[in-house]
Amino acid sequence: MVASKVPAVAGPDLESMPETTTTPLHSGRDPIDVRTAPDRYRHWRLHVEGRIATLALDVDESGGLAPGYELKLNSYDLGVDIELADAVQRLRFEHPEVAAVVIRSARERVFCAGANIRMLGGSNHAHKVAFCKFTNETRCAIEDASAYSGQRYLCAINGTAAGGGYELAMAADWILLVDDGSSAVSLPEVALLGVLPGTGGLVRLVDKRKVRRDRADFFSTTEEGVRGRRALEWGLVDEIAPSSRFDAAVETRARALAATSDRPRAARGIRLRDLERRIEGERIRYRYVEADIDREMRACRIRIEGPAGASPADIDGLVPAGDAFWPLALAREIEDLILHLRHNEPAIGTLVMASEGDLDAVAAYDAFLLAHRAHWLVREIRLYWKRLLKRIDLTARSLLALVEPGSCFAGFLLELVLAADRGYMLEGPFEDGGAEAVVRLTESNFGCFPGVNGLTRLEARGLDDEEAVSRARRQIGRDLTAADAEAHRLVTFTPDDIDWEDEVRIALEERAAFSPDALTGLEASLRCPGPETMESRIFGRLTAWQNWIFQRPNAVGERGALTLYGTGARADFDRKRV
Amino acid sequence: MSSVDLNDRIPNNVDLASDRRLQRALEQWQPAFLDWWREMGPVAGAAPEAYLRTAISVDRSGWANFGFTRMPDYRWGVFLADPEPDRRIGFGDHRGEPVWQRVPGDYRAALRRLIVIQGDTEPASVEQQRHLGRTCPSGYDLRNLFQINVEEGRHLWAMVYLLHAYFGRDGREEAQALLERRSGDADRPRILTAFNERTPDWLALFMFTFLTDRDGKFQLHSLAESAFDPLARTCRFMLTEEAHHMFVGITGLARVVERTCEVMRTHRTDDVRPFGVIDLPTFQRYLNFHFSVTLDLFGAEISTNAAGGYTGGLKGRFHESDIDDDHRLDHATYPVLQWVDGAFRRIDFPALNALNERLRADFVADVETGLGRINRIIRSFGVDFQLALPHVAFNRRVGMFADLDVTPEGAVIDGETWRRREAEWLPSESDRAYIRSLMPEAVTEPGKFANWIAPPSRGINHHPIDFEYVRLD
Ligand SMILES: [Fe+2]
Ligand SMILES: [Fe+2]
Repeated sequence: MVASKVPAVAGPDLESMPETTTTPLHSGRDPIDVRTAPDRYRHWRLHVEGRIATLALDVDESGGLAPGYELKLNSYDLGVDIELADAVQRLRFEHPEVAAVVIRSARERVFCAGANIRMLGGSNHAHKVAFCKFTNETRCAIEDASAYSGQRYLCAINGTAAGGGYELAMAADWILLVDDGSSAVSLPEVALLGVLPGTGGLVRLVDKRKVRRDRADFFSTTEEGVRGRRALEWGLVDEIAPSSRFDAAVETRARALAATSDRPRAARGIRLRDLERRIEGERIRYRYVEADIDREMRACRIRIEGPAGASPADIDGLVPAGDAFWPLALAREIEDLILHLRHNEPAIGTLVMASEGDLDAVAAYDAFLLAHRAHWLVREIRLYWKRLLKRIDLTARSLLALVEPGSCFAGFLLELVLAADRGYMLEGPFEDGGAEAVVRLTESNFGCFPGVNGLTRLEARGLDDEEAVSRARRQIGRDLTAADAEAHRLVTFTPDDIDWEDEVRIALEERAAFSPDALTGLEASLRCPGPETMESRIFGRLTAWQNWIFQRPNAVGERGALTLYGTGARADFDRKRV
Repeated sequence: MSSVDLNDRIPNNVDLASDRRLQRALEQWQPAFLDWWREMGPVAGAAPEAYLRTAISVDRSGWANFGFTRMPDYRWGVFLADPEPDRRIGFGDHRGEPVWQRVPGDYRAALRRLIVIQGDTEPASVEQQRHLGRTCPSGYDLRNLFQINVEEGRHLWAMVYLLHAYFGRDGREEAQALLERRSGDADRPRILTAFNERTPDWLALFMFTFLTDRDGKFQLHSLAESAFDPLARTCRFMLTEEAHHMFVGITGLARVVERTCEVMRTHRTDDVRPFGVIDLPTFQRYLNFHFSVTLDLFGAEISTNAAGGYTGGLKGRFHESDIDDDHRLDHATYPVLQWVDGAFRRIDFPALNALNERLRADFVADVETGLGRINRIIRSFGVDFQLALPHVAFNRRVGMFADLDVTPEGAVIDGETWRRREAEWLPSESDRAYIRSLMPEAVTEPGKFANWIAPPSRGINHHPIDFEYVRLD
């Protein structure tokens, strides 16, 4: 992911900042906030012209998220990637007319030098891991836009693309490299830094671009990378063009990509307004989501509120509702909360999800999304939920779902229960009488929201029994009480009101007592059964190795390559293979 | 059963009446317990009424209520000793913090395991002793047996209460499993080996209550120090009952020895078997067996589990607060007897890892005191014989001596010698057959005692010795 010849800059010692419950991972000044908008971008310029959008990287050297490093040579930190993720998201919702997106550099002769090494060298392990996860998700979101949303990506490499710069390019459908005798694509992480191209680089090289693995080996151990014709021959890029014809080639290729898109030409986009969030002590409040942090239990209790009103009567009501449309508003809020917790609350290890609202109303929204799935905005909302649910799957926190009377887990919202490591559903009513808890399956639970392994969450729970999913499918539309929900593998345990409190407390306490590292490994392994995909290899195999290397003295020890990079001193490796 | 019934049938001081969760758990468990009692409890012929003590509260007047009860109708209760105000954790990493009223997540599994292991011994001993009613030496002794049995049943209740009240679903599953294991069963044995041995005769019963119940005393004492307050309070109350079991043990052994010495003095002979009493060498062999088997119950000499239990505050030392040290033991050492280079030597180990050994040593000292009382009886008859505890390495199955063959005097011998001489040291089949032959049937007529045992010096609850302690219809 990395590489930049950034001179050593004196700055505060980021590594020694304590990782306490209140200090954000990044040890920067403020909590990390992923909410941004194009008018506040410091590093990207978004320009839309008809069917083509251009995202130009122009990193503000002094605009790093934390003090202590300068973002030279278009190198990036989390702040740069937050803006990229925002732009990719907005292009989908705000620009239905955009059919192709060009990623390029606004600078001469430098495309992107990858993740900033001073930033990496100065970050604690947890931040490095969270940073890599987020950037990986952004690249997967680019591929998702291209594959499912008709927004095709072209990467125009108009200068050196090193490490994370080239990895970003690999997320695009097409890589166009300037053939100027000096611009190269490279993955110098191994040679220079003693770490991996961990933002999907190694996996995409052989999985997506299908570069021969022996050449991939050579390429990934060659500091200076590969230029021009050889890059083309080896499949590292899709096209090369001399400087004089570069812009024209970009234009042509962008139009060709746009021609393959099914995005509507005349549709009006919706605006994603700034998300309202209030943090009051240990409570984080949005419109439909409220979260309470319990530091003693190291848990966050998340309550999701059902829709305030009925779903629009017909599709014409959708675009005017815009970002206030409940499923969209809710997804944005949950995503922001998850990212806030990931980046700012490392010690909150368990997320407990519950919901409250009218099950029929949720089911009506779900039916609306199914009925109008061909509409571009409905498609975006459904794809957004798919990505959100994957983000939840990939979150290194224990997930518990509580299904109580008055909850409204139906259809797409029920996926949150299926995403949980454990689901608890109340059997029978609470002591004071009243209704029983019910959940409802819809068609949405049978294919709309695959995880990174390509399986639906129900499929992932039924690998032992081919019939399990079809049996569950026959329950579509029914109110399922605890026993049914358990029988169809939607929840894990179904305590009654007498046991409820105790069981939930015990589950939380137990979780809080285990090693957070072991839990992260456990959950990541169990959440992703069955087949491998490129995505699962990125988040599983490559990430796991990278995170291991990030802990090893050969990278981060006093004489480690990452530590010493830019000082002129040579790394001193422990030569034993592990 | 309604909750009112339940509360009435189960004397308690844990506010069962207002705890629905506990009520329901016990409602489901109690019938299973009664089934177990009918299947595995004392074989007592036609449901006799026994003069039994029932605890109905923890205060002086409440814990010993005497009356005639038919055993399946015994009111098994749930009692915790009164809480100590502002009780603090007395040892380990949490020393000085307030004790826990709930199970902290970090220690859930470890605490549950401690409670399950303790709980498993309670029904086990009832199962081990179930046939002894048929061969009792007197109605007085039969009553004592029944008393021990119902109290072991109550101790099971006490542990089940903790599992039900504090450990949720898995607690209930463990409580159920306590009724499903069977002493000596090949497929579902009780957890600890000593509790799978049979208690085939009354000499074995007195040995068991003298020694193995005394292990219980030491385990309960160390659990009574626990940071988990409900466990500590439960164990403190159980200790009052356990004391009676040990009383039955030591007085039973004393009465056996008294009767034997009487015969020896009267007939001026060591050869007492023709007179139908238990000869002292056989007595010594029983002692050797039960002592060595009970030593195994304390676990391995060097134990990380014990260390973890101590630093966590789960299980303390015997009389922890009376010990003058830092109650953390981070740097302390403790001398542990080991077989090294052809000799038994005491070698210093980290005290934390040697806690089992320390508790075992406390136990041995306690047994020595009891044995001293029995030896004084022998001396008072002018008989030239002294009982002695075997060496701690003798006949061990657990710990570092398990692989050694050691004589009661502590000489390490080869396996061949052991096999040849084993019958000198451990009860042989013919010893056991002889003991059984002394006890062909139950002696129950009030005031009558079997020939092999002397009457007690006094009766129960100020009643005379010839009181009808068990009414057989
Ligand atoms: Fe007991
Ligand atoms: Fe006992």
